[in-house]
Amino acid sequence: MLDAVLGWLGVVLVSVGVFFLFLGALGIFRLPDLFNRLQAGTKATTLGVVSTSIGVGLLAKGWLPFAAALAIFLLMTNPISSHAVARASYRAGVKPYPGTDPDECAKRHLTIYEESEEK
Amino acid sequence: MRIEIPTAIWAIWFIVISTAMILATLRAVIGPTNSDRVVGLDTWTTITTGFWVILALFFFQFVLLSVAMVYAILSFLGVLVIARYLERGL
Repeated sequence: MLDAVLGWLGVVLVSVGVFFLFLGALGIFRLPDLFNRLQAGTKATTLGVVSTSIGVGLLAKGWLPFAAALAIFLLMTNPISSHAVARASYRAGVKPYPGTDPDECAKRHLTIYEESEEK
Repeated sequence: MRIEIPTAIWAIWFIVISTAMILATLRAVIGPTNSDRVVGLDTWTTITTGFWVILALFFFQFVLLSVAMVYAILSFLGVLVIARYLERGL
């Protein structure tokens, strides 16, 4: 009984994870500029891969500790790489598309960059 | 495994995740700037990590979970290095 409940819970979790991985890739393909794409491609795929790992850990006996470790690792490192790419590409001169009307980052970022250049 | 997963569910999982990988690859190929390509690559590696985890369940080999872990670590380091390169040059 417990095996059946945990197994079908795992199937549901893996299905949700695969669906969110697909949504992340769709956002990567469809959204208008780099920062929107980065947001879709990071948040949706993080949820997708974490849910997939936990579901696989529930489906197979004894795999849950390693799958949970993998999920925690992805949960920690995925936002870091996304932040690094966003900051680097903003500094490299990629502009957001006109729909992001008040570009709050522009002035603050420009002053920080000039200060670091003066040293 | 705790239960027997029907073949239709396996097929749906593999088809959906393959479509996602193809979409991310297309963005990595046609991206207008280099940053778009890096974003496509990052998403592609994350989707591939999920694919390794599902493959570990499909073949029922615990070792493939370790492969997924190593793949996640290497893709994280690679994206960090590429971001560093985009920012000021290595």
